[in-house]
Amino acid sequence: MSTSTSPETPPPVDKVENAIELQDVVGLSQGQIVRRRFFRHKGALVGLAVLGATIVLALTSVGFGPIPGWWMWTGYETGNPMSNPGGAPTLSVFPPAWGDHPFGQDEIGRDIFARVMHGVQTSLMVMFVIGIVAGVIGVLVGSVAGYFRGGRDTALMRFTDLVITVPTIVIGAVIGKLSGQISAPIFAISLGLILWTTLSRLVRGEFLALREREFVDAARVAGASSRRIIFKHILPNAVGTIIVSTTLLMSSAILLETALSYLGFGIQPPEISLGQMIQQYQQAFSTRPWLFWWPGIFIVIIALSVNFIGDGLRDAFDPRQKRIPSERRMAKAMAQDASVARTGLSPLPQQAGHTNNPTGGFGL
Amino acid sequence: MLNFLLRRILAGLATLLVALFLMFLLVDAAIDPLQDLQESTAPNKAQLIAARIELLNLDTNVVIRFFQWFGNLLTGDMGVAWRSMQPVTDLLAHAIGSTLQLVTAATILSLVIGVTVGIVSALRQYSGFDYGIIFLSFLLYSLPSFWVAVLLKQWAAIGFNDFLKDPVISWTVIAAIALIAGVFWSLAVGGRAARRWQVFGIAFAATFGMFAYLQLSGWWERPQIGPLLLLILAGGSAVAIAAVFAGLHNRRAMWTGLTTVGVGLALYLPMQVVFDSIDPNNWIIFGFALVAMAVGFLIGRLYGGPDWGISARTGAAVAFITGGLIYIDQVMQVWPPYFRALSGRPIPTFGDRTPGLGGNYWVGVLDAFTHLLLPTATLVLIAFAAYTRYSRSSMLEVMSQDYIRTARAKGLPERAVVVRHGFRNTLIPLATIVPIDIITLIGGAVITEAVFARPGMGQLFVRSLGDAEIEPVMGYLLITATLAIIANIVADIVYASIDPRIRLDA
Repeated sequence: MSTSTSPETPPPVDKVENAIELQDVVGLSQGQIVRRRFFRHKGALVGLAVLGATIVLALTSVGFGPIPGWWMWTGYETGNPMSNPGGAPTLSVFPPAWGDHPFGQDEIGRDIFARVMHGVQTSLMVMFVIGIVAGVIGVLVGSVAGYFRGGRDTALMRFTDLVITVPTIVIGAVIGKLSGQISAPIFAISLGLILWTTLSRLVRGEFLALREREFVDAARVAGASSRRIIFKHILPNAVGTIIVSTTLLMSSAILLETALSYLGFGIQPPEISLGQMIQQYQQAFSTRPWLFWWPGIFIVIIALSVNFIGDGLRDAFDPRQKRIPSERRMAKAMAQDASVARTGLSPLPQQAGHTNNPTGGFGL
Repeated sequence: MLNFLLRRILAGLATLLVALFLMFLLVDAAIDPLQDLQESTAPNKAQLIAARIELLNLDTNVVIRFFQWFGNLLTGDMGVAWRSMQPVTDLLAHAIGSTLQLVTAATILSLVIGVTVGIVSALRQYSGFDYGIIFLSFLLYSLPSFWVAVLLKQWAAIGFNDFLKDPVISWTVIAAIALIAGVFWSLAVGGRAARRWQVFGIAFAATFGMFAYLQLSGWWERPQIGPLLLLILAGGSAVAIAAVFAGLHNRRAMWTGLTTVGVGLALYLPMQVVFDSIDPNNWIIFGFALVAMAVGFLIGRLYGGPDWGISARTGAAVAFITGGLIYIDQVMQVWPPYFRALSGRPIPTFGDRTPGLGGNYWVGVLDAFTHLLLPTATLVLIAFAAYTRYSRSSMLEVMSQDYIRTARAKGLPERAVVVRHGFRNTLIPLATIVPIDIITLIGGAVITEAVFARPGMGQLFVRSLGDAEIEPVMGYLLITATLAIIANIVADIVYASIDPRIRLDA
């Protein structure tokens, strides 16, 4: 594009057009670029921080399994005296105070903070288990179908169609009724068994495109087995799609779990789930609204932060993604460039023509 | 094409059969019809259990029971819900109508709003408006629908009912609403600072004026559209449609729209008489809508010109809107008696009709509408987010294509580039998503109907699954699975018909 010069001075035209982007990626590996792009995405960073804080809070406060936590209640004790009239939350911002029951108490005196933390643990566990189970099945089905094509592809895709035919919430309700009473991990695994379909279709698409590439031919000529080609050569190239859609799958999984528990087909008492709490307490909304607020807020916090992380990952893995510099940065780069041009260092002064936004569509 | 259709339908039937078989096994394993008896302390417990096993044929192998059920299905008998002994066909017949109302309303609303907002957001990429919409769609996408539904039920319904009892909005609130509207429009329209302030001022004044008018004229107590509002609303939409789809320079399209509004206004009073003298039903109203659109089309055709098609389409769209406004006005006229009949709390939180309400067709429509309000809002909030994201990313993709650059390079006005080249191609991926999304919405209706106790299909499914009745559950599954298969075939056909590069027979 430019006729310039030595490698030390980058061409000025590029500098204006998308130099900010190019500068950032010079001499970096794919992994480094992805990491940089991800950490530049503010929403994703905030999401990551919030999710991490939620996990730490939920695990340390009420403990995990046999390990006790630092919080004084377990959420199962009944008959505690009400700290506030009616069991209202003792949490206050002015003056900042935590109190005995920061999220309040229900009508039989149980501590809502501890119950919500148990619910968050259940929901997070279900979310990660579903992500892992659905991710593994989706990748396996998609890669086998996409790589081998032919009969195996047809059979697997017909099977996928079969699962898609019934809405997830409906099939989830049936499976939840079957497995929800047993235990939360079994419930999560069985939900994972039905949520892999979207991922498998995406992975199949990636494999169909990637298997025609030269490096796959090269590997085959060198004598690599199908298994090696799938796992060592193609899969690393499809990892972006897989990670992104697994993340988004996890955010919809948490909504599915809470919805099923709300309908009564999910986690059963004495285990605690956020959706189940909302269902239990919705009648008390007019008298004890806090029973209803906190579980819902935590569902939103978890789902929102996972969604933002997914969006950050999508931006990071999408090679077509271009960050458009803000107007101010653009003007600054232009001014710099113009001053360079005036001093005669640049052979190409007509950079104005290149400032058109490639994605276009500003204004009418 | 015929070959393709036949193949797909056969494959669909095979999928349906296998899916139903597997679901039958799953549902049978999930439910336990004997649970309540086993927990009972009745002295003749064993006898009761034996009787129920006899009734439900539980001794027979589940595979055989599936084929018995399936055989009956082929003769049109879907079995009975054994707890109430009601035939499943009767249960479904009512439930389908209720769910269809809900899903149709939600789909249309969320599509129109979501696609519009998504496209505007894409056109203003990386602006404050865009970031706001992205954040909003993320937030809505992360909201659990049952939580939103309960919130709406407990807050919006009760709050709105309280408001309607004493419909006065304080002037500070009106000013705040107008301020928000002003900011929204100035961000959405964009442009330079002077233009933004201009848009802000207009939007602020218009919103403030509208609320002031509604308040001072006692509109909330006696809502109606009337000739004046009809002129403003229909005229405004005529100008907007003509400006967006035909361009301001296309005088014929503009005049078509305005003439159609004029015809609608002239027919406003005669239509009152017509509506009063006949006993309408939905089919008659549908017929009126078709006639109105035909008239609008004809007006556009008569204005002629080389590009009469666009005028005719504008005319039809404007006629539809004008007719719709006259219809809504007619429904609103029964508001005061309806309000009194429900003793001043017109927004219900459960059911899909007021039992024993009586009244004519218009009261029925209004009653159905008030019952639809909150469940539809719940579904729209969530579906809106999905459509905004689809249409935004699709529009961004399209607007970076070479043919958009070509269209710009040959000097087309930006409006033509966006509407004719951008918008149309944006619809292609959407057309394949929408039919499949309707299935998701039917699934989403399960939750909404459960919260609002609407006696629809989702509610039927949840209740029957909880009550361990397999026949209604299978009836529900049969209908959703059939719809899903049809939706997939429709998506393929729509895709092929709007994108000439796709061939179905290949």
